[in-house]
Amino acid sequence: MSQRVTTGSPVAGEPPAPTAQGAATATAQLAETPVARMPAVTVPPLRGTLGNQLPLLAIWAILLTAPLWINAVGGYMGLATRVVVLGLAAMSINFLLGFTGFMSFGHAAFFGLGAYGAGFTLKLLVPSTPLSLVFGTLLGGVLGGLLGLLIVRRRGVYFAMVTIAFGQVFYFLAYRWNSLTGGDDGLRGFARQPLHLGPLIIDIQNNAAFFYYFVLFCFAIATGIMGFLLRSPFGRTLLAIRENERRARFLGIPIERHVWASFTLSCFFMSFAGALYALLNNFADPSNLHYTMSGNIVIMAVLGGIRAFWGPLLGAAVFVVLQDYLSSITTNWMSFVGLIFIIVVLFFPRGLLGFVRGRNMA
Amino acid sequence: MSTGLLSKTIARRALLRAGAAGAAIGALPLTSPFIIEARGETPIKIGLIDPITGVYSAPAASEVEGAKFAVDEINQKGGILGRQVQLLVEDSANDVGTGVQKARKLIERDEVNFILADVNSAIAYAVAGVTNEKQILHIVPGGHTDPITGKDCKWNVFRVCNTTAMDANAIANTLIEKFGKKWYFLTPDYAYGHTLEEGFVRNLKGAGGSYEGDLLPIGTADFSAALIKAKSYGPNVLIDIMGGADQVNSLKQFLQFGLQNDMKVAGSLYELENMYAVPKEALIGWWVMEWWWNQPNVPHVAEFVAAIKKALNKTPTARHWFGYVSVHTCAIVANETKGLDAVKMAHALEGLKLPPEIALQSGDVVYRAGDHQLMSNIFVGEAHPAPEGGDPADMFRVDTIVPGEKAAGSAEATGCHVTWPS
Amino acid sequence: MTTLLLFNLTNGLIIGAFYVLMALGLSLILNLSGVINFAHGGFLTLGGYIAFMLSARIGFWGALIVAPFIVAILGILVERIMIRRLYGRDPLYSLLLTFGLAFILEDGSRWYWGPQGLPVTIPAFLAQPLSASLFFITGYRLFMVAVATAVVVLLFLFLRYTRLGLRIRAGTLDLDTVSSLGVNVRLLRSFNFGLGIFLAGLSGVLAGGQLGLIPTMGTTLLMPSFIAIIVGGVGSLVGTLVGGLLIGVAAGLTTVFWPSASEAVMYVLMALVLLVRPRGLFGEEGMLT
Repeated sequence: MSQRVTTGSPVAGEPPAPTAQGAATATAQLAETPVARMPAVTVPPLRGTLGNQLPLLAIWAILLTAPLWINAVGGYMGLATRVVVLGLAAMSINFLLGFTGFMSFGHAAFFGLGAYGAGFTLKLLVPSTPLSLVFGTLLGGVLGGLLGLLIVRRRGVYFAMVTIAFGQVFYFLAYRWNSLTGGDDGLRGFARQPLHLGPLIIDIQNNAAFFYYFVLFCFAIATGIMGFLLRSPFGRTLLAIRENERRARFLGIPIERHVWASFTLSCFFMSFAGALYALLNNFADPSNLHYTMSGNIVIMAVLGGIRAFWGPLLGAAVFVVLQDYLSSITTNWMSFVGLIFIIVVLFFPRGLLGFVRGRNMA
Repeated sequence: MSTGLLSKTIARRALLRAGAAGAAIGALPLTSPFIIEARGETPIKIGLIDPITGVYSAPAASEVEGAKFAVDEINQKGGILGRQVQLLVEDSANDVGTGVQKARKLIERDEVNFILADVNSAIAYAVAGVTNEKQILHIVPGGHTDPITGKDCKWNVFRVCNTTAMDANAIANTLIEKFGKKWYFLTPDYAYGHTLEEGFVRNLKGAGGSYEGDLLPIGTADFSAALIKAKSYGPNVLIDIMGGADQVNSLKQFLQFGLQNDMKVAGSLYELENMYAVPKEALIGWWVMEWWWNQPNVPHVAEFVAAIKKALNKTPTARHWFGYVSVHTCAIVANETKGLDAVKMAHALEGLKLPPEIALQSGDVVYRAGDHQLMSNIFVGEAHPAPEGGDPADMFRVDTIVPGEKAAGSAEATGCHVTWPS
Repeated sequence: MTTLLLFNLTNGLIIGAFYVLMALGLSLILNLSGVINFAHGGFLTLGGYIAFMLSARIGFWGALIVAPFIVAILGILVERIMIRRLYGRDPLYSLLLTFGLAFILEDGSRWYWGPQGLPVTIPAFLAQPLSASLFFITGYRLFMVAVATAVVVLLFLFLRYTRLGLRIRAGTLDLDTVSSLGVNVRLLRSFNFGLGIFLAGLSGVLAGGQLGLIPTMGTTLLMPSFIAIIVGGVGSLVGTLVGGLLIGVAAGLTTVFWPSASEAVMYVLMALVLLVRPRGLFGEEGMLT
């Protein structure tokens, strides 16, 4: 693979700007490069003018008022909740993909692990929704961390292949370890429990709108942490690694450690999303871990725009709604979904947000 | 298949928009006569969730066809309670999350009055959770896992197809008598396979037989290893309870190895959809059909078969019958209770005997009260290639008809306790 | 016990030979173009279906030869129209594209030929076992092994001794230099892709005779190919050959002692290889890492 040898950036598809800028010899210039080359908007700024805040406000306005208008547009509460959960999943993979520049195609394994973790907790340990979320997140996150140790040296296509293969290992375990996971029939016999906050009981079990707000609350926490991480020096380092790994290494940045950290964090977020998914369905099953699910989540991120923080959420919204709509009106919805993949990849590789911004996100 | 569905569902799209507006109004706590009157024009909706894409797409397609045929029949005769019936078909894509989501969509957005789901037992099971929560009558046309009418039975869930226990019990003793008591199993490694094997083994042990077997993953492409072991074990019968494409593959390879000279092959279901997929040499062995089209002396059957042949250009299979019966069950019980209240309809369904033109078989076909399981006949017989110049669907010779009640055992033994909502 | 072992060993080699055929096509495409072809299974399925349709007119043997060519042409069309645009970009995009293509191929097969399995008949003389004791070596399985062996031999000869083969091998190592030496790299890639898809189509034709011809048949056979490549070493065709045989044999032997684990064993193998020798058995450091 000559591209590996001759060009500087191992994974990012765009031509590395530093070479276009000419030979950069000054260390100061080198040190500046990763930050200077940051796309103007990756993570919405925390403070700033109202203009800057507008996208953020708009998104949250839409999310918060969903129960009011969702039925009127032909949707239903479960659909909105599903969008939020899968949006979180897409944003989780984008932590690794869009912000660190590593392509994992087996991440659904952690989504599924989170789902099973939550299910096991509710079914076997204690009927507590918050605890199920904690255990689910831990299950996927910890296993992700362990797996990360194995694969952190791989790059590019090989990295992707290995993540696919390991993802399938977990799928296989969920599928075949019948006695524990219920195998092909899935893990059932559990349901999300109402929340007990002191004297107040929030019935997220039967009230779809309440559950939606609970999921939104969890989403807010997760994306808040994600945003915080990405704005921190750690996050900046990840961006540096994405832009030009070789230079980052020359700067003395411990690449493997950061990649591992990014991978593990994305696994934690992903399994959190998976745990929420299990609560949504009151069910966990092996298809949550299959590479098809991985592919769907990645395309959601790409569709929305992997260089934008909220891109994957938008991509998830479009994809989930479209799939829901298509599968009701035609039995060939799979072909249409495949077509979406192809069209996005060929014509909208920067995703919807990238298209709207019209900026070269190099 | 797809075009028929498409035109029906495009028509429903327009209705949906009106329905959505109506739902918004209906959400208001105004249950005035105005609403009830308006309802008179809206159709009765039956939601059908099946894995139209995925490995079970063949039986799912047949169920959908059977259901649509039934809906047309009912509408021609004036519909249910004087209202036209609409069938809303959703694809569960063989994925539980999708199935559950579609169930919620059908119930919350489309406001269906009945739910039919799913070939995939796991999805049927999960959807039952949703329908139970929302108090919607749920008929399972073709999902076989036993707990649905066993230890996890629910007041609103009824099933048309047999339990694995019924299928196993129906044929096991025939096999023991005819061929012997030493068996080798090819079992698919999931709940359906496990319980089916248990059913066979129970009968075998009762007769003092012996067995060995292999648990094989679904989607096993190559059965040579298992067949090698089978041959060295030397059983009287190879019990092949793999499903779908796996069954087709295993039978093909069984023949290629020439094992039919060493042992018999038998099992439980050998669905007609699968029989079309095997070369004719593979049409051997003893199997059960949960419904069979060729019942010469039973009234109404020939007309039904002819009508399906005319409408769909194919011979109806058991799956067509499942879809057909499921839809008609909804119609019968709604008309009988003169309403759409799920609890009342469920009570009415308990002990309901299907009229002969729906049952399409001899004997009494009843929804048993104790476990909500339809007690239909089980057709035990032998597969054979279609005769030259004869009906291409004539691939099965019915040897015995076992009444469902006899094969099923008692309702208490299934572990079902129906609890009604207060 | 020894007979059982021998049986399963031979059986494993037979299965392995089939995996090799599939994985080689995937490997060819991966090595030269860096594309993970998720649609490989879809082309396999297409090969099987097209052969089924052709065999009604030109018989089994005719279909065996013609169908892979038709599928290869389709593959080249796909490469020229779609995949070509993605070569300069992140491998993510070609992966997603082939992923979407796989959906379309599976759904298209189901839409056109129906969800029902189709009965593939193989010539009667092949459908017999060799002998009563060697009952599991049917003529057809031997035939599959023969075809796989012939293809492998031809492929290696082609790569070793023809100019085109030389260019492909060189391109795998350093495509830029090959291009600067005046070779038409675009044609080379198209041809290579077509060659890989030809192998997929051929696998599909063979698989149809052995397994049921259903729309989902390709997807179930995709993972073993991946694992064969990872185990054998990404970038090495010999590695893919060895990897395929290895996982076939491992699965066969495991069936003797622990049947339900026979599927898992290839994943265990992969994990072991990745732990102990991450580049794969025959992989070279720097190849795609």
